[in-house]
Amino acid sequence: MTGTERDHFRAREFAEGVTSTSALTMDNLQKSQKQVHPELGLKDIKAEVRDLSFFYGDLQALKHINMSLPANRVTAIIGPSGCGKSTLLRCFNRIHDLYPATRYEGEITLQPSGINIIAPETDPVEMRMRIGMVFQKPNAFPKSIFENVAFGLRLLGGSEKSIREHVEEALRSAALWDEVKDRLKDSADALSGGQQQRLCIARALATGPEMMLFDEPTSALDPLATARIEELIMTMKEQVTIIFVTHNMQQAARVSDFTAFMYLGELIEFARTEKMFENPSKKLTEEYITGHFG
Amino acid sequence: MHDFTKIIARRKRQDFLFGIVGALCTLVGIVTLGALLIDLLIDGLPRLNFQFLTSYPSRFAARAGILSSWVGTLLIMIVTACTAVPLGVAAGVYLEEYGRKNWITSVIEINIANLAGVPSIIYGLMALGLLVYQFGLGQSILTGGLTLAFLILPIVIVATREALRTIPQGIREAAYALGSTKWQVVRHHLLPYSIGGTLTGIIIALSRAIGETAPLITIGALTFIAFLPPPPVSTEPPFVSFDWLNSPFSVLPIQMFNWVSRPDQDFLLNAAAAGLVLIVITLSLNAVAILIRYRVRKRIKW
Repeated sequence: MTGTERDHFRAREFAEGVTSTSALTMDNLQKSQKQVHPELGLKDIKAEVRDLSFFYGDLQALKHINMSLPANRVTAIIGPSGCGKSTLLRCFNRIHDLYPATRYEGEITLQPSGINIIAPETDPVEMRMRIGMVFQKPNAFPKSIFENVAFGLRLLGGSEKSIREHVEEALRSAALWDEVKDRLKDSADALSGGQQQRLCIARALATGPEMMLFDEPTSALDPLATARIEELIMTMKEQVTIIFVTHNMQQAARVSDFTAFMYLGELIEFARTEKMFENPSKKLTEEYITGHFG
Repeated sequence: MHDFTKIIARRKRQDFLFGIVGALCTLVGIVTLGALLIDLLIDGLPRLNFQFLTSYPSRFAARAGILSSWVGTLLIMIVTACTAVPLGVAAGVYLEEYGRKNWITSVIEINIANLAGVPSIIYGLMALGLLVYQFGLGQSILTGGLTLAFLILPIVIVATREALRTIPQGIREAAYALGSTKWQVVRHHLLPYSIGGTLTGIIIALSRAIGETAPLITIGALTFIAFLPPPPVSTEPPFVSFDWLNSPFSVLPIQMFNWVSRPDQDFLLNAAAAGLVLIVITLSLNAVAILIRYRVRKRIKW
């Protein structure tokens, strides 16, 4: 475990090496000291979303979102289709930047560095190296199993030997090593959907990200494969902060420590998962959770 | 109550009728092609021998050969491929991955599609004015190769773009999400994954260029040439020479055209034999394209 931690630290160090110095002001450093969230009683905050709005052209998809994401915890984002949960998730690694006419307002600060992820002067490439993402549909590259996991490491550079070590470690962390260790050179296409999704998790984990984003990672999988991914997410939080979007409320209840409920681009409620599902404070949340709409 | 048997029987009759009409239409195409090929084989095959491939043109049909024209075709194709492929692929990648989607790119897009349909002789006229007279490149292999490169450039661009478009967006997002720059995504993912479609398009384009006659006649290709261009490699320093680029040339279709227009019947047989060679080259190019497509499809499934 300590080896893993060290490696994560190293990747982070590398990533921060290319950080613009503007993020490291005194103000930000102070903010990054242990913050206590009034409602949730959180001590460590990994990311702070402040007054975040997001636009697709003229359409405002996110409206003034505020939330503090606890470090080394799993936060689930739930809500009906089109409520903006994926849109919110995709702000964290600036993947929206790939598409024209998208615009952010507000800020998402990553702690402890205090860098504002969505600031125009922040390099999205750096953010994507520090924050991994797993998508709805397994999207393994049509390359070998090994090369899939090695890709992010190759972007960082490093010797072939260290890449091999990190690939093995990532595959072990994604609970895939035993299934693929004898066929690392085979094409990733040969894997089942669930294995491919775990391969995608290994690929994102390999570079030691600070945070992992999951966009409905099990919606294309059968129940057994889903269970394995859920198990994986729960063990991974030791190492990284996790945000995951799901349309499946039972899944959110099973896997997450905190839950955010969104509706029509707004964050309606954000609370500990037990509280959210047993005793939500907003009527809308209760109606959604009990299946009255959505 | 409907009489189902009657209604179904009527619809099945229509089905059957269209089947017959369709088969007939297909037959027209196949039979014509087959007849052409067989006619060519009967006329040309007896003339096709080693001497025919290694002789220069001659006044005597029996002594004439296609050495200078098949070498010309080969060299022209090298120039065409070396220019059209990098230009076309780079332009295709730019338009598909880099260029922002606005009205300017839409206009460029439409025009590229239209360029693919411009008659080839127009390209010949353009090359005559621009390359031969303006740039003074002469009636050379270089001019011929560049002319055909212009001609097939739109096809290569369109093929590249279409091949890129078959790559699911999820793959791009995955590569970007790991922190790739645009060029890294193109270089490590998009180009390798689209190579099947791109290569197929390139080969189809080249097999179109290989049969072109009009633009090369326009720029002044020779119809009777009894020498080869200087060789590109030699035993003396500097070992590599590009003098062949400035050499005059002929190509297979022009040689055929020349032979067909002669009154002597024996030259017609020569033309048929040269036609066979041309068809064999084109068919083998297409076979290579099919093979590549097959192998890539086996490797990459979306």
